[in-house]
Amino acid sequence: MCFEKVIRELGGVILSRGPKLCNFVDWRGFKVVYKRYASLYFCMCIDQDDNELEVLEIIHHFVEILDRYFGSVCELDLIFNFHKAYYILDELLLAGELQESSKKTVARLIAAQVFCLMEPCCFNGFTFQ
Amino acid sequence: MAMHGMRGLSIFISDVRNCHNKEQERSRVDKELGNIRNRFKKEKGLTPYDKKKYVWKMLYIYMLGYDVDFGHMEAVSLISAPKYPEKQVGYIVTSCLLNENHDFLRLAINTVRNDIIGRNETSQCLSLTLVGNIGGREFAESLAPDVQKLILSSSCRPLVRKKAALCLLRLFRKNPDVVNVEGWADRMAQLLDERDLGVLTASMSLLVSLVSNNHEAYWVCLPKCVKILERIARNQDVPQEYTYYGIPSPWLQVKTMRALQYFPTIEDPNTRRTLFEVLQRILMGTDVVKNVNKNNASHAVLFEALALVMHLDAEKEMLSQCVALLGKFIAVREPNIRYLGLENMTRMLIVADVQEIIKRHQAQIITSLKDPDISICRRALDLLYGMCDVTNAKDIVEELLQYLSSADFTMREELSLKAAILAEKFAPDLSWYVDVILQLIEKAGDFISDDIWFRVVQFVTNNDDLQPYAAAKAKEYLDKPAVHEKMVKVCAYILGEYSHLLARRPGCSPKEIFSIIHEKLPTVRTTTIPILLSAYAKILMHTQPPDQVLKNQIWAIFTKYESCIDAEIQQRAVEYFALSQKGAALMDILAEMPKFPERQSSLIKKAEDTEGDTAEQSAIKLRAQQQPSNALVVTDQRPANGAPPPVSVGHLSVVKAPNMNDTEDHNSTEQAPSQENGNISKVDPQPPSADLLSDLLGPLAIEAPPGAAVQYEHNAAPGLDGGPDAVDGLAIVPVAVETNTIQPIVNIAERFRALCLKDSGVLYEDPYIQIGIKAEWRAHHGRLVLFLGNKNTSPLISVQALILPPAHLKMELSLVPDAIPPRAQVQCPLEVVNLQPSRDIAVLDFSYKFGTDMVNVKLRLPAVLNKFLQPISVSAEEFFPQWRSLAGPPLKLQEVVRGVRPMALPEMANLLHSFGLMISQGLDPNPNNLVASTTFSSEKTHGMLCLVRIETDPADRTQLRMTLASGDPTLTFELKEFIKEQLVSIPTVHQAAPPALPAAPPTPQIPPNDPAALLAGLLS
Repeated sequence: MCFEKVIRELGGVILSRGPKLCNFVDWRGFKVVYKRYASLYFCMCIDQDDNELEVLEIIHHFVEILDRYFGSVCELDLIFNFHKAYYILDELLLAGELQESSKKTVARLIAAQVFCLMEPCCFNGFTFQ
Repeated sequence: MAMHGMRGLSIFISDVRNCHNKEQERSRVDKELGNIRNRFKKEKGLTPYDKKKYVWKMLYIYMLGYDVDFGHMEAVSLISAPKYPEKQVGYIVTSCLLNENHDFLRLAINTVRNDIIGRNETSQCLSLTLVGNIGGREFAESLAPDVQKLILSSSCRPLVRKKAALCLLRLFRKNPDVVNVEGWADRMAQLLDERDLGVLTASMSLLVSLVSNNHEAYWVCLPKCVKILERIARNQDVPQEYTYYGIPSPWLQVKTMRALQYFPTIEDPNTRRTLFEVLQRILMGTDVVKNVNKNNASHAVLFEALALVMHLDAEKEMLSQCVALLGKFIAVREPNIRYLGLENMTRMLIVADVQEIIKRHQAQIITSLKDPDISICRRALDLLYGMCDVTNAKDIVEELLQYLSSADFTMREELSLKAAILAEKFAPDLSWYVDVILQLIEKAGDFISDDIWFRVVQFVTNNDDLQPYAAAKAKEYLDKPAVHEKMVKVCAYILGEYSHLLARRPGCSPKEIFSIIHEKLPTVRTTTIPILLSAYAKILMHTQPPDQVLKNQIWAIFTKYESCIDAEIQQRAVEYFALSQKGAALMDILAEMPKFPERQSSLIKKAEDTEGDTAEQSAIKLRAQQQPSNALVVTDQRPANGAPPPVSVGHLSVVKAPNMNDTEDHNSTEQAPSQENGNISKVDPQPPSADLLSDLLGPLAIEAPPGAAVQYEHNAAPGLDGGPDAVDGLAIVPVAVETNTIQPIVNIAERFRALCLKDSGVLYEDPYIQIGIKAEWRAHHGRLVLFLGNKNTSPLISVQALILPPAHLKMELSLVPDAIPPRAQVQCPLEVVNLQPSRDIAVLDFSYKFGTDMVNVKLRLPAVLNKFLQPISVSAEEFFPQWRSLAGPPLKLQEVVRGVRPMALPEMANLLHSFGLMISQGLDPNPNNLVASTTFSSEKTHGMLCLVRIETDPADRTQLRMTLASGDPTLTFELKEFIKEQLVSIPTVHQAAPPALPAAPPTPQIPPNDPAALLAGLLS
């Protein structure tokens, strides 16, 4: 299934839901856990038997990390820095599983990466910390 | 910063954002794509910075939902850039744009591998992330060993090791057959000692995946998991940064409890006690607090603890505690908690005997059914469906009916299907069932699948005392204005068949019934008209003495439709008109429909089919599979409701053949005109339509899979000393040739038996056709080719082949041609996937026509359990630890089998060998015993080792003791029953009393290190 179709379908399902409803919807035999922050929706698709609340808090954990990184994150930060959102996500989730639950550690790793990107020649045996 | 300085990208994003409409956006994007394409084409002069910028732009465009069908190569090539910024872009964009099956990924494997094994930590992280997100089979093949090394490497820092653990998880989850995790139990145990909580969390995720696949290898990790849980839950030694809103790493707690759910039980009393103390504290000590996130996190832990308690068969007291908690949750306002309360109550129904306590919450659950949140409604519906039984069915079904008119449209189909199933399963009386279905059709006709009304027709047909009631009800509904078309169908059908039973009631004369039905004709579509025509023909037939006015009226209708453009309607009109002129013949041909064979409700099957599969077998599902299926049990008991005992499938043909003869016998003089229309369809007496009938009598006509029937025989006569003719015994199975006029010229049972042992041969043969089979088996996949050979000089027509697969096989038959030319052979490949262990057998429902002879046979297909066995030789060093670790039921089962076909030991060894079991000589010191091993492949179990030990008694060859062990309870049971079936001769004569029970084979006293002692001490 292509990316666009997924977004379109999920958009239809989730955007039509009112504000006071639960954060879970059934979708194509899976469950989608979503949470709205201002005008942004964060969604994760999980198996029927996964722990929904755990996933809901992964989303919040991610948002808190974004918030700490950008300093009160807003939609525009994510649009213009979508690449950063990607590599922050890569530090948080891998293979669909939570990789790191310490915000401090994630922040440290992101900072190190940014540092790497600044250095013109950081590649030979360079280790960060 | 390099990233910050990417002005081009920012400008592009601003441009897109400033577009006023979608068209403008598209043209801006197209312009950019054209620009990028041009720049990529003349690659010279493209700086790394440019390349990076364009690739990011591509990703942005892709995120907006546009196709980006070029530039993948450029993204992949950045992976091998020497500098980190380019490399990073390459990795991120590649893992977003490509999926695991993309060809370009192959080009990157070498670079990725070099990055993984290289000493640069940052590149290691990038490459592990890529593989962990999109790694496919080839990555698993070439990289898994390197990734495994990294996880355990003492020189790697936590950030690399946790990525490596999750990367391996991905590779293993996707291709468990490629990743070698032999001996990983010890390494996992070592990983569980990890102090870094990030690494530990990742390792725990990996463990969940590994134990879900094969828990018995990981027993050694169980006490460690309990220790970790205890430590974290008590907040001992958890760094501040790993507490989340005051809760010590909720994710790690959840994962640990998830891993524990894959172990069938916890035997060590100390470990068990510790675990229960922790769980008790979680259950009792979780309070509702104001902060949403803290609440969510603590309840995530709580719900996982609930699941674990349910899994562990806790004492009744603790379970009631759980139900009480859930009862509290389903009454709270907070929607997430209410949702989860309902969901977990439903799960609880599967695993524990708490139905009675849950019933107390029925009123509350019904309130949730009417919640404005459809997610909550769905869970409430699931729960009501699960908790329904004979005592509350009436209340629940009535609630569902009532809710139906106001329910969300997307829920109505499911709602009506579930109401129909419950009404069928738990009907206190059948008239209530009819009421429910008719109400369903009235309230939600658009959402009612045909299966639902087919099913009510079956019930009415099969229950004589229900027929007058159903007819009266049908009349009542048709009397109403604006009736749904489905209602017209079912009522017309019932009135056509049974309205004559009402004839004496006021307003129910044939004429009146006819006009009630006929009033609806202008409102229905062409697909319904045939049913109405059949009803008219039947009413006409039942009108005794004949009513000339009615006859003329109906004939006028037939005459009108004789020129109808719809072939089905036209044919019926012509035929009914001709038939109704025949007097007595009409009676035979339009006689009441025969009873339907009993079978599993197609509705229940449908409901089961819609339950989606997920890649990883959940603990709950595994557990549920060990429980008997309610649905099947209940439908099997249906005859108790007053229906006649199950009729054999052969009944089908009774409908067709005899009438044909009758027509010829009685009306040979009038035969000529009717033959003009082709006598094949002419004499087809099945109202209302052939399609409908084949739906009603369709693929489910075989009620019990043959395997189950065999098992039933065993249960009915345990330990019987049967006759020696096992082949005859197998023929008891209901699936066989029907009462066709054409008889097979081979012994079908024998052919099937032979094909169970070899992979090619003749499955069926009669004077006209030969069906051969050739099969190839690889792990859990099979490919069969059916060879359909026409032996004659004229074609075989109306050839139809239908596979009736049992639930555990996925089978796909390629298109079978409608006709086989003279002397030709056609090949029809059939793909088989084995999902899980089961002895049920697939059936080929095959029919063809030769001249006027219609032949229909049901043939068992040799896609049987032993085809998925692969002999494997196991040394004593491997055998005994395995044997010991599979400690008892349900993984290890033992049974004393009596009534064994007497055979010498080598003969038995040969027999076992022929089914794919490898006999290990010398493993068992007792020469009278056989020890064998094999692997069984299915989608669920993958290749799973099975160990078998058979102890024979040289003094009495008709009995033996058999012990089976494997990592999957279903597999152990099925394989045990399977071997038993092969060894035992099936009793053909029931004896009054079983023979005196002989003593079990002696188990002599042997020192504890002796292999025989190890083998014997099985089920302690």
